[in-house]
Amino acid sequence: MSAIEQSLKNVMAWIDDRLPVTEAYEKHLSKYYAPKNLNIWYYFGIFSFVVLANQLLTGIWLTMSYVPTGDDAFASVEYIMRDVEYGWLLRYMHSTGASAFFVVVYLHMFRGLLYGSYQKPRELIWILGMLVYVALMAEGFFGYLLPWGNMSFWGAQVIVSLASAIPVIGDDLAIWVRGDFNMSGVTLNRFFALHVVLVPLFLLVLVVLHVLALHEVGSNNPDGVDIKKTTDDTGKPLDGIPFHPYFTLGKLPAIIVFLFLFCAVLFFYPDGGGYLIEHPNYEPADPLKTPELIAPVWYYTPFYSMLRAATFPLFGLDAKLWGLIVMAGAIVLPFVLPWLDKSPVKSMRYKGLGSKIMLGLFVISFFILGYLGTVHPTPGRTVMAQVCTGIYFAYFLLMPWYTAVEKTKSVPERVTM
Amino acid sequence: MSESSVNSGRRNFLLGATAVVGAGGVAGLAVPFLGSWNPSAKALAAGAPIKVDISRLEPGEILGPIPAWRDKPIFVIRRSDAMLARLNEKSERLADPQSDREQQPSYAKNETRSIRPDVAILVGLCTHLSCSPKYRPAITPQSFDPEWVGGFYCPCHGSKFDLAGRVYQGVPAPSNLEVPPHFYETDDVVVIGEDEGVA
Repeated sequence: MSAIEQSLKNVMAWIDDRLPVTEAYEKHLSKYYAPKNLNIWYYFGIFSFVVLANQLLTGIWLTMSYVPTGDDAFASVEYIMRDVEYGWLLRYMHSTGASAFFVVVYLHMFRGLLYGSYQKPRELIWILGMLVYVALMAEGFFGYLLPWGNMSFWGAQVIVSLASAIPVIGDDLAIWVRGDFNMSGVTLNRFFALHVVLVPLFLLVLVVLHVLALHEVGSNNPDGVDIKKTTDDTGKPLDGIPFHPYFTLGKLPAIIVFLFLFCAVLFFYPDGGGYLIEHPNYEPADPLKTPELIAPVWYYTPFYSMLRAATFPLFGLDAKLWGLIVMAGAIVLPFVLPWLDKSPVKSMRYKGLGSKIMLGLFVISFFILGYLGTVHPTPGRTVMAQVCTGIYFAYFLLMPWYTAVEKTKSVPERVTM
Repeated sequence: MSESSVNSGRRNFLLGATAVVGAGGVAGLAVPFLGSWNPSAKALAAGAPIKVDISRLEPGEILGPIPAWRDKPIFVIRRSDAMLARLNEKSERLADPQSDREQQPSYAKNETRSIRPDVAILVGLCTHLSCSPKYRPAITPQSFDPEWVGGFYCPCHGSKFDLAGRVYQGVPAPSNLEVPPHFYETDDVVVIGEDEGVA
């Protein structure tokens, strides 16, 4: 061993006596054994880290030129787009990144549904992941107001007005959230603080907890087999391979493919045909003129459809309050998923027909709701949204029944490739 | 200290007392943080009343939406005799034709929801989710209502209101459009944002 290697080793030993760097490296990377049968569905967690890094970095850079006031916000975004060197790139990286974040997170969540990754002992991973998702929705919502375009203004107006559906305190609550009697620069300024400081802090803490909880119990896999059951003499799982280098460097090509797709949108379709950056947002916020069609960005539209699907009073509560209840319920319900699934198996590969049909219907209704949220409501579309909302809730509420009665296949001892 | 000498009753009391005092401190500390979200003195001042000259407003015309009271869009409409005549023709289609809900000052709780029958003054924000409804005065069938007799239509979620701002049944909006406090300084000048005799 050369003198340099020896001195490096001494330095590492000195640090390890004071801070468990090597221990953490081994626990979370070089000796964290992930199942070897992980497939493409397992890439999206890694992708979400890439997007998170993108959002943090571009976001910090955007704050250097952005002005969070009612008078200057819209102009400062135009200034970033036209006058700041590479400002257009940073801004589009951030706005495209927001949509990319939801793409990878939705696929990541679908993977959880597909392979039962929320089941015991991974309940906390799922709940922490859901909290990340809710924080992400809040982050996106606050961030969407910042360009101070007309859709920013009226979209936020509609969502903040949801608070006024709450009986008794609702109207005062909405004024408190806005800090004004109507949406104004005051609202913009506080949403800016929430978007760049408070919510990202929560988000980062939650992401760390999500990963720590995962590394405590280990990754699930497409077979839902516990790889820790079959180990070699040293206690290393036979079906596991170290996360580093196999899932870091090994999956680098997948990250590059993802970045290719990301850049394709970034450079050729930055506004996504009006789905990523909506057309009314090229006009400054006008408190006197509502755009002809109020539609949120695509990643909220399924929930927006459910809000609109509540059109009639029920049990003495008016339709407006029901809209809020349905929408909030649709977001809260997935939290208890680990306790709704009564199936003895984890993976959809071994679950019965009932689970497969319900998951299929769930995904289809989620897509239809997502589409309906982008268009004008007509009586026919409203009925469709109501049916799809029913399916969405049935997927969760009937789960204790259909997962208990269906016939499952037997799960193998070891993972299959 | 040996295990047996621990006075667990006293220890629990101290823990409980510390927790209660600490919670009190957190609650007290929360007051300024939550309070700072209320409308500031500046925002309250911006809610001052405004004066609108309606002398040149012709029957059937709308003034506005004007950014008026509390920065909310305000509609000022001079209703024609024909409009007024049809106002209560189909009151069975309205959710609150008598304006029983507190959406207007007491002096506007009448058939036309106004001080002067011809002039309607309304806050132009839908009572559903606060989009600004469109003024559709024409008494002709519309895509959203074949029996339309004129009023306001909200494009966001399809709520409908008549020319007195009264909400139709079967739409998402739960109540009539708000009537802001207002009074007539002269025949032609209306003060919006304040009741008469307050200032």
